[in-house]
Formats: sequence, structure tokens, C-alpha cells
Amino acid sequence: MLKTLYDKLWDSHVVRTEDDGTGLIYIDRHLIHEVTSPQAYEGLKLAKRRPWRVESIVATADHNTPTTDWDKGIEDPISKLQVDTLDQNIKEYGSKAYFPFLDSRQGIVHVIGPEQGATLPGMTVVCGDSHTSTHGALACLAHGIGTSEVEHVLATQCLVQKKMKNMLVRVEGQLGAGVSAKDIALALIGKIGTAGGTGYAIEFAGSVIESLSVEGRMTLCNMAIEAGARAGMIAVDQVTIDYLHGRTFAPKGDLWDQAVSYWRSLRSDPGAIFDLMVTLNGSELIPQVTWGTSPEMVVGIDGRVPDPEHEKDPSKREGIEQALKYMGLEPNTLLTEVEIDKVFIGSCTNSRIEDIRIAAKVVAGKRVAPNVQLAMVVPGSGLVKTQAEQEGLDKIFIAAGFEWRQPGCSMCLAMNNDRLEAGERCASTSNRNFEGRQGAGGRTHLVSPAMAASAAVNGTFVDVREIITD
Amino acid sequence: MEKFALHKGLVAPLDRANIDTDAIIPKQFLKSIKRSGFGVNLFDAWRFLDVGQPGVSINQRRPNPNFILNEPRYQGASILLARKNFGCGSSREHAPWALADYGFKAVIAPSFGEIFFNNSLKNGLLPIVLSGIEVDALFHDVLGFPGFQLIVDLENQRVVTETNGKSFNFQIDPFRKHCLLNGLDDIGLTLERVDEIKKFEEQHKLNQPWLFS
Repeated sequence: MLKTLYDKLWDSHVVRTEDDGTGLIYIDRHLIHEVTSPQAYEGLKLAKRRPWRVESIVATADHNTPTTDWDKGIEDPISKLQVDTLDQNIKEYGSKAYFPFLDSRQGIVHVIGPEQGATLPGMTVVCGDSHTSTHGALACLAHGIGTSEVEHVLATQCLVQKKMKNMLVRVEGQLGAGVSAKDIALALIGKIGTAGGTGYAIEFAGSVIESLSVEGRMTLCNMAIEAGARAGMIAVDQVTIDYLHGRTFAPKGDLWDQAVSYWRSLRSDPGAIFDLMVTLNGSELIPQVTWGTSPEMVVGIDGRVPDPEHEKDPSKREGIEQALKYMGLEPNTLLTEVEIDKVFIGSCTNSRIEDIRIAAKVVAGKRVAPNVQLAMVVPGSGLVKTQAEQEGLDKIFIAAGFEWRQPGCSMCLAMNNDRLEAGERCASTSNRNFEGRQGAGGRTHLVSPAMAASAAVNGTFVDVREIITD
Repeated sequence: MEKFALHKGLVAPLDRANIDTDAIIPKQFLKSIKRSGFGVNLFDAWRFLDVGQPGVSINQRRPNPNFILNEPRYQGASILLARKNFGCGSSREHAPWALADYGFKAVIAPSFGEIFFNNSLKNGLLPIVLSGIEVDALFHDVLGFPGFQLIVDLENQRVVTETNGKSFNFQIDPFRKHCLLNGLDDIGLTLERVDEIKKFEEQHKLNQPWLFS
């Protein structure tokens, strides 16, 4: 029988299947961070259980950690307790690798997993974080779980799961200069909606996907969850293999050769059946900007804020009205006329080296616009930060008036001190523009790193294709 | 987990699509290392006019009189009625913890975010999928009849209106239903399969040894 990539990943991890189709699935990699794990370890302890396989665990502190003044430690006592609790749990129960606060390799869990070669093709990867879908860029089955499931995986190395349906998103053509994986993700969500992928595992394929770096592929798979799909994934090709070669936890020597030969089978069989297919023309894509409070509320940079008067469906009209009120926007405003107050370049969606390079290219030799109170770059990990500094990118940002911060989740969800104040408008490379996501009353516009950088120097959104022409 | 018995309760309508888990429980409350105490901050940014901070007593807060759950007629509600894609976004299990802690036993909507759906089932909070038309009808009833109650009959997989006996059937995985009805611990059940897991693990190690190196 012809299988999709998802079918192959699922089938190779089924421990048993119940009569109703529910599967018990073996988990290879368990990523842990401080916010969703304390209650799981507590539950484990109360039940007098031990982790099944500590070698599957890779942990870091990322959500609560500050991005400035690391010499002062974590000043918020509640945040500090959560990070300390992770320290204690890892110390008590063990792990394969732990990158604590202040470690030079610490960073956003979804950046460091692939960066360390700790997520590999063919694996099942879980984490108590919905953006675990990111890792699917390396042809693994990766998805977010809740804290009860974190405890379940700790105790049993397995998850009770229903198999998802298969969706293929095919992106053909060629992306224009200044158009990136983020624009594909936003355009897709605009097309199928935030529940369009519910119940599906999405495989991304087509010439545009093949042309993306692993970093770009991660951006795309990262936002599968914003389309409602818990998992996104991309087949193994030479790009995948070249990316992994030599990484810390990637196999070495004979095992590497053996692994690569297996990994090359991790692609959908030609002719395999998908339950749903969606196509996008990459050549026609333009930079995207969200205008509302859901990632599906998105338009191209040449577009306008929608007019609820033109929406016939009453519940959708009400949704638009609510979003415009929250966002402080008038119907029919051109996106290029929307002034911003803050710029955030970072998050598990867009904080990798190529994201920082493209943003630096846009701001090089320019200055942050006077109306922009704060523009910041938060690298995804200590290693990304170091590499960017070796390339001199930090100096470009600082010269332009940006703040160059320490790694972490930062203003993507504002659990630390990095946040929007009520009414502030932000061009953000993160993944969610929900009400209050970046701070109570804050207004988020999701964009690519190039678009965030160009908005920072222009003061309003601007079509970055006017700046990047090659 | 407590057994999910036949439940009769007051219904509260939250007429909004795509309610995300950030709205259900904002990020500042995720810093807790406990599973309990999240109910006072359920829908915090909508329920209160001031910005909530962990540890601040509810008596010191300014309730938003325009938020539906603050209306006197919905006090004590235990069944939440919502629109499509309820619980989308972040995987935070703090969302079902907050709903359950507030006093909700069930949420009825045309669709749910998948991770939220799973998380709810593990906390004795029943997510019930009804069709858009059925949900419309319930919104109509709950707004029209103060004190509107529903009976959630998990055993027979149906929701019944108390007043006129209208009945709506819903689907649920047999395994999940069994766990909820009997208050069973998932982990305990999986650990009954220890031998099978070990056997799988040995074979997996042979197939992909690099995963264990």
C-alpha cells in the first residue's frame, strides 16, 4: 500500500492499536521547558513513578528568561521559581541534555532541538508546547501536547493517540525576492483558516518547499498549528541531510551512514492518497501582514483593512468588527499607512540565523524611524546569537537603533518583561496575533523578518520588495 | 480524575469564534507550578477591567459588567456554550484547568482546537461537538430563557434540554468515554502494557539504533 510520509512515521511508532483505531505511539524525543513541565514532574513524583527513558529528554528554560541584564538573574520571583523547579527536576530525574538559563547553548526549545541535532528525521518528537510542529521540517512526526501528556510520556514513553488525516499543501513556482516561508504560512492560513487543518497532519511539498533552507522549512511547519494542524512535515532531501551532518547529537560514523540511508525513505510514496490537497502558487505570493486578532485575518501588503460592511455572514462580520475595534483600525485603511510603535524580531517562528541575516540586510545603513519606540532582535539561541555576532550582524542592528538581546521566547508571548503596553502596535515576526498575546491591550501584526525590519526603518508597513530586489 | 456522572447545569453562552487558550487563561498566570487555582483568572482580560496579576485577590479586581459570565443570570454556570475552534492556539493545559476550576463540567461548540480537546478529556472537562445548527439553536434557547439548563448524559452520548426535552447526540471515542465515566488514570492504563512497550522498544532499537546512541 502506498504511504504518505505521515503514514510511515506513524506506522513505525505504533506499539499497539485498539479496536477503535486508537494507537499507543512510542516517543523518541521529549523536549521539556519550564512552563508546562512542573505539574507533570509533580504528578510523577506523587505517583512514585520514574521517567521511562531519561535519554529521550532534552530540556531548556526559555519562556520566562529575561533578554537583558543576565548578570542580575531572573528578578521576577514567580518566574524564577518556575525556572528553578525545572533545574531541580532535571537534576533529580536526569536528561540527555539540559541547556539551563545562562548556558551558552540555551535558547528557544524549538530552535535548539534541531540546532543540536537532537531532533532527527524519522523520530516522534513531543513537547508541552504547540509549536513543536516546527521540528517536522526535519521529516519527523512532531506535535505539541498538554501537561498531562508530558507526564504520560515521562512515565510510559508513549502517547495514546488517534491517527490524523493526511493533508498535502503543494507550493509550486518560485518565490520572489523579499518573499519568505513566513509569507507562505500566512497566505496558507488566510486561505484555509485557523481551523482548516484541524484533524490533519500537513505535509508541505512542491518546488518552492524544496528550494527552502531547513530554517525556512521550520518557519512553515511552526505555523501548521496556526492553521489548526498539530503537525506539519517535509520530506527528507539533501538539504535535510546537509543540515544535520556534524551536529552535536546527530549520529556519527557508520551509524550516520545507516541513518541517512533510512532517512532517504522518509518521503510520501508517489501516488499516495491524501485526504485533502491544497495548492499555492509561490510565484504569485507577496509579503503578508495580519490586520486582526487571528492569524487568518491577513492580507498582502498591497491590501487594505477589510470593511465589515462587505461581509454577508453575520458572525464573520461581528468577528471583523471586534478585531478592528481591538486593533484600533479603520476599515479600508491601506496597510502601508499603518504606523507602528514597536518591532519584535524573534520567536520560534523567525529567530534563526537566516531570519537575522535578512533583517540585517534590510536595516543596514538605515535608522529606526522616529515613531518606533523600540525595535528589538531576540536571537533564538545562544549559538544563533554568537554566529550573528561573528558575522557582524549585531553591529548593523545596534547602529540602526535596534536593541540586540539575549535569546528566549521574549515578546512572542510576553511571559518575561518584554511586552507591549495597552494600545501599542507591533510589527512582529512571531506566530500569534491573539488579543493580549504580546501584552494586555497590545496590537500585533504578524509579518516576516524582512517585513518587520522594513517597517522598523520606515515607521509604517512597507512592501519590502521595494528594498530587497535580488 | 473524578468520574463524569450524569450532569445537569446552568448554561452560559460565549458567542465568539476562535476563542484561543491565551484568552482562556493569559500568560502571566502560567508561571504557577501548581495545577489548581486558575479559575479566578479564567478569561481574565475579558472578565476584568484591570490587568490581572498572579496572587491578586479577586476582591481587589474590577469586574467587567459587560462580560457575559459576569451577568447575574449566569452565575453558577457549569456548561459553556461557544462557537467554532474553541481552545485553539497554545497547548497550555492551564486552559482546561481554569475552566474546570471555575466550575465548568462541559464545553459545547461546533469544533475545538485539538490539543485543548485532548487536554480537557484528561481533566474531566467534557468537550462536546455539536453541529453549527444545533449550537445556533442552543444559543437561541439560552439567550431566550433565563435559567436555561442542560443535562449532559455521557453514558448515552447526548445533551438534553431540561425544559422541552430536546435531545442532541454527540460522538466521543469509546476509550475516552470509558476513562471519563470511570475516572480512570491514563498512565495507569498504559502501564498495563509495559511488556508490549518494552518489546517495541527493543525492536525499535534494532531498526533505528542511532535513536538510542
